Amino acid sequence: MAFPHRPDAPELPDFSMLKRLARDQLIYLLEQLPGKKDLFIEPDLMSPLDRIASVSILKQHEVDKLYKVENKPVLSTNEQLCFLVRPRIKNMRYIANLVNADKSAGRTRKYKVIFSPQKFYACEMVLEEEGIYGDVSCDEWAFSLLPLDVDLLSMELPEFFRDYFLEGDQRWINTVAQALHLLSTLYGPFPNSYGIGRCAKMSYELWRTLEEEEESETKSRRPEIGHIFLLDRGKKRLRELPNRPPSALQGSVDFGPEVTSSEKSLKVLLNADDKVFSEIRNEHFSNVFGFLSQKARNLQAQYDRRRGMDIKQMKNFVSQELKGLKQEHRLLSLHIGACESIMKKKTKQDFQELIKTEHALLEGFNIRESTSYIEEHIDRQVSPIESLRLMCLLSITENGLIPKDYRSLKTQYLQSYGPEHLLTFSNLRGAGLLTEQAPGDTLTAVESKVSKLVTDKAAGKITDAFSSLAKRSNFRAISKKLNLIPRVDGEYDLKVPRDMAYVFSGAYVPLSCRIIEQVLERRSWQGLEEVVRLLNCSECAFTDTTKEDRASSESLRLILVVFLGGCTFSEISALRFLGREKGYRFIFLTTAVTNSARLMEAMSEVKT
Amino acid sequence: MDCYTANWNPLGDSAFYRKYELYSMDWDLKEELRECLVAAAPYGGPIALLRNPWRKEKAASVRPVLEIYSASGVPLASLLWKSGPVMSMGWSAEEELLCVQEDGAVLVYGLHGDFRRHFSMGNEVLQNRVLDARIFHTELGSGVAILTGAYRFTLSANVGDLKLRRMPEVPGLQSAPSCWTTLFQERVAHILLAVGPDLYLLDHATCSAVTPPGLPSGVTSFLQMAVSFTYRHLALFTDTGYIWMGTASLTEKLCEFNCNIRAPPKQMVWCSRPRSKERAVVVAWERRLMVVGNAPESIQFVLDEDSYLVPELDGVRIFSRSSHEFLHEVPVASEEIFKIASMAPGALLLEAQKEYEKESQKADEYLREIQELGQLTQAVQQCIEAAGHEHGPDMQKSLLRAASFGKCFLDRFPPDSFVRMCQDLRVLNAVRDYHIGIPLTYSQYKQLTIQVLLDRLVLRRLYPLAIQICEYLRLPEVQGVSRILAHWACYKVQQKDVSDEDVARAINQKLGDTPGVSYSDIAARAYGCGRTELAIKLLEYEPRSGEQVPLLLKMKRSKLALNKAIESGDTDLVFTVLLHLKNELNRGDFFMTLRNQPMALSLYRQFCKHQELETLKDLYNQDDNHQELGSFHLRASYAAEERIEGRVAALQTAADAFYKAKNEFAAKATEDQMRLLRLQRRLEDELGGQFLDLSLHDTVTTLIVGGHNKRAEQLARDFRIPDKRLWWLKLTALADLEDWEELEKFSKTKKSPIGYLPFVEICMKQHNKYEAKKYASRVGPEQKVKALLLVGDVAQAADVAIEHRNEAELSLVLSHCTGASDGATADKIQRARAQAQKK
Repeated sequence: MAFPHRPDAPELPDFSMLKRLARDQLIYLLEQLPGKKDLFIEPDLMSPLDRIASVSILKQHEVDKLYKVENKPVLSTNEQLCFLVRPRIKNMRYIANLVNADKSAGRTRKYKVIFSPQKFYACEMVLEEEGIYGDVSCDEWAFSLLPLDVDLLSMELPEFFRDYFLEGDQRWINTVAQALHLLSTLYGPFPNSYGIGRCAKMSYELWRTLEEEEESETKSRRPEIGHIFLLDRGKKRLRELPNRPPSALQGSVDFGPEVTSSEKSLKVLLNADDKVFSEIRNEHFSNVFGFLSQKARNLQAQYDRRRGMDIKQMKNFVSQELKGLKQEHRLLSLHIGACESIMKKKTKQDFQELIKTEHALLEGFNIRESTSYIEEHIDRQVSPIESLRLMCLLSITENGLIPKDYRSLKTQYLQSYGPEHLLTFSNLRGAGLLTEQAPGDTLTAVESKVSKLVTDKAAGKITDAFSSLAKRSNFRAISKKLNLIPRVDGEYDLKVPRDMAYVFSGAYVPLSCRIIEQVLERRSWQGLEEVVRLLNCSECAFTDTTKEDRASSESLRLILVVFLGGCTFSEISALRFLGREKGYRFIFLTTAVTNSARLMEAMSEVKT
Repeated sequence: MDCYTANWNPLGDSAFYRKYELYSMDWDLKEELRECLVAAAPYGGPIALLRNPWRKEKAASVRPVLEIYSASGVPLASLLWKSGPVMSMGWSAEEELLCVQEDGAVLVYGLHGDFRRHFSMGNEVLQNRVLDARIFHTELGSGVAILTGAYRFTLSANVGDLKLRRMPEVPGLQSAPSCWTTLFQERVAHILLAVGPDLYLLDHATCSAVTPPGLPSGVTSFLQMAVSFTYRHLALFTDTGYIWMGTASLTEKLCEFNCNIRAPPKQMVWCSRPRSKERAVVVAWERRLMVVGNAPESIQFVLDEDSYLVPELDGVRIFSRSSHEFLHEVPVASEEIFKIASMAPGALLLEAQKEYEKESQKADEYLREIQELGQLTQAVQQCIEAAGHEHGPDMQKSLLRAASFGKCFLDRFPPDSFVRMCQDLRVLNAVRDYHIGIPLTYSQYKQLTIQVLLDRLVLRRLYPLAIQICEYLRLPEVQGVSRILAHWACYKVQQKDVSDEDVARAINQKLGDTPGVSYSDIAARAYGCGRTELAIKLLEYEPRSGEQVPLLLKMKRSKLALNKAIESGDTDLVFTVLLHLKNELNRGDFFMTLRNQPMALSLYRQFCKHQELETLKDLYNQDDNHQELGSFHLRASYAAEERIEGRVAALQTAADAFYKAKNEFAAKATEDQMRLLRLQRRLEDELGGQFLDLSLHDTVTTLIVGGHNKRAEQLARDFRIPDKRLWWLKLTALADLEDWEELEKFSKTKKSPIGYLPFVEICMKQHNKYEAKKYASRVGPEQKVKALLLVGDVAQAADVAIEHRNEAELSLVLSHCTGASDGATADKIQRARAQAQKK
């Protein structure tokens, strides 16, 4: 099942090399501190570390006990302590407190701090200010690319989004450039580059300088990946706010008790190695159930083969097949459990209403009704994050809220969830996610520009068309221009998806995916000037193509898509679909895999 | 051929020694060499002369002159010696002149007489004065050994990494040793000294007496000793005129010779070629030069003038007032070819080629002869090799021509040895030129390597030649041309008479974007010369911002550095500059600088948020950023402050700031929060329980749940909670309490602004069908079907749907017809549908 790739689809490069590199480097760093040591790990790094090096590998390199970096008293009695942390100031304070406590207790130990993916000067500064710079040794673990799947690399930097787009902090850009540099040294140069957004442009330029500085031999290498596409989640850029009718699960999922039908909650790693999962991953949810039951029947049939076997066959069966079958059986029951739990959520009345409202917002009708739905949503304290998301969706699709709604919704929200969210709103405004329509500014800049240009009466019709479009906000203009909301006659058959909109039940094509599709078709931004202007990135869209004869036609169909600020699984699924249709393979590099809820969480102020 | 071997002198049966002129010297020496301290560097290096040394009792008022010449006698530097008396001079491996003063201070000068640095050989030396000193070269670098007035030795094996070692005392030593030298064995330097008839070896800790094997009796004193270039061999000259030659470890005697001259020789040096079996020593007296080896006879030369010997890897250089000569053992290949009546293949090939040029058929005969013996390959190789050892370009050419001629008759002779030799000779001839004056032999050149040779050319400021050589040999740019250009630029910035503009332009014109050139290094050099403006100009050409910034900071151009750091996009770099600026500027200026740099500002803010909250506030204040200031205090109201008064005060400040920011909404919201906070406090005092930090909604809910309905309503009025919210809130709270009675009362207070469907829903959620049904009847017509379905009354739902004639509602009901009892209802709907369609 699933949709098989076209037979001519290019092979993906082998990214397991990245894991090996990271592991070897970590081992080297651990060996730098010979002897028994306790390892303190930042919670954020735990699951990436898990994919790189198992506990037994750590133990082999004389790691004694593992601790989480958290605000708890440290019980370690080891003489050597090693910290594996992100370069954050709060971690430095944690370490400083620990070291200073040891000092006042008259205790001397060896401390080593390993920063991942890189060390920041600010961190060293803090160590110095706390007076322990001389007591600790610092190292860098340049582990910036974690292969989550055969075609998905994550930098596991969820703070990228908030740091850059909210705080204007550019320090991670260097990390991105380094990661790109690593990829190009391992897999050859990228002959064609495209990008959009200020952050994308900066990353790209920094990376180019890195390449130039290191007169590496990559230049002579045959490129393995033909295109690179950088996108950022900048201001005014539409985010993937619509809720995703859960099409399938992805990544690492915590299965709670309701799924495993046991008391223990279980953590499962999901990627292409999981046989069942690899087949259902990109399906729309409505298909998954049918597929799973088919699978269960097959499995049963295989079990049933036991009957009527003679002893020898039986022995064979037990020794060879049974284990695999059992494994598959276990996985299958897990997935079915997960489906049931999602199904339950999905069919709930509320959820249906929510989806209805979202679709209405996207298509731009019944705005009043949607607004009151949102208000009710807030009043009932359904979910702080969901409410925020709906408000933002409304703001983006309508080009800002009308002042009355803006105030009343905010008041309602504050009444429901507390005054600290004033800060949340100020964050959202700063990021351009939730804004107020300026009074009288119904005409967008584009429209007024166009009407200035087109004075001719003959062109009056165009102007009319434009102004009606412009009145209905940027988003409308873009979605019309790029056909983001496909008009479908009749029921959208989710079993046989026709376009990328299938990830949102046929309602919406993710903007980023559509842009990628269009640019790849044209091999440049030419003809998309209008869109670029609407996105407010006229200066930040770039193309850089080299006439490269060495690039094989195979490599030209491999495309690396870099999402700065995170990407969602909907986008990934949509692009995978596009790839299958056009015979491309996409490779995804993202600062973190995210979704709309996580995005909102990043923007929220929380009391601590 | 006789004429060519005329200067060949046989020593014994197997070896020839030849002496040829390198240069005729026209250095304008005012005094005899013997009047001077002389130091000549190996590998064709420069010669330093210090005239008027102090050993002669001359008028102290005359300052001596230190002169430095190239090996061809071209003056490189001349300076008046202003420091103390010099006991000894020598060249280091980096061609720096080390002058050992009487007080143990060692002054280091460059090739052009520029003072570099100085170091001391220790207190002991200072106290006892220097009696004698030697500069020696080992694989560790250049060393200095000193004999002090107390007859003790102090040495340092590497002046680059100065570690002084004081050697142990020689027991009973009352006078200066008659001669001494440094040895180098197993990577450790030793001292061998002779006192009367005894030899002592000093190492780290011990002093041991040694006896060379096979030394005849009757020796009462050693007058001279010499160790070979490679520290393998040692020669001793005794007062009986006997010369002992053996290994430096004093374990084996190689040969001996008795010259019957009892006068102490002026100099004695080894003259041997690497990988040759022949051992020979050159001994020089005032007017006589003698080459002695493993042969009964010696070779004698007459010296017309004062001469000085410089030991080399493969021979001895001899220079005097008028000439500079090279004495060495004739290499095997040359000997084979040029020896009289030689029938070696190389010799025949050379002959054949000559005949060929004369267009004589003899050429063919010779060639045939070689080919018959199958020795043509060997012949070509011999010619190539011999060409390398020839000094004159003419002879080099004819040998190479012969090799090339021979090559024509060979299939598959690998051409690289021939090509490489041609290139090497071209380079060698170029540097041997009189103007350059580096008389390297082929073996020395190979030992020295091309990289070192280039360094030496750079040291002599012969940049164009060095670049030409690089280009000729096609060396990679990074090691070759760009390295030399960078050196040139570093030299260029020291030219004080040229304007900054011109220097910068000249450098950029030459260097361009040559890979491997670091403009920041050059700029650092310019800054080192005190030319800050030039350094800044040069830094403009540096493509890597990371390299520009540290130097700019060092030059106190912090603001420029900040711009560069921001351009680079490297936040660490920006941060470095920021902290630098913070210490350098006063707070106001610092903030002003930040204000113009949004990127730096946000970076600094991030830092302050975690580390210096007060600074953050100041920053906002400075910018009159009231919005952020309000947010700051708002955050403080729940994060930093504990007491309720403090929190209210923080909120008040926040509200004021919001007003200033013209953000009335936020200001009002903040004021509301102040009221709420005070109220919550009062509620806690009066009613007990937890109210602080609840949202308004939650506060009201808590009040209702606690049964304080009056208070709840008061609060709702005070804070103008909209009706809809209040209804939702009450509904949820009462249902949670399962206070059905109160709920019913509430529902009847007035018409519900949220309709009655939520009542049905919430009752069903609590599984109270009975209560739910009560409200289902009150639900408005549009939602009636839904409500009826919720309470499970399918039949009635069907009736209503049919009444409404609503297709969607009908299907909804139909989908709920699952139970056995619903069969009738389903039929009814189907019928109604059919009817509707008919119409």
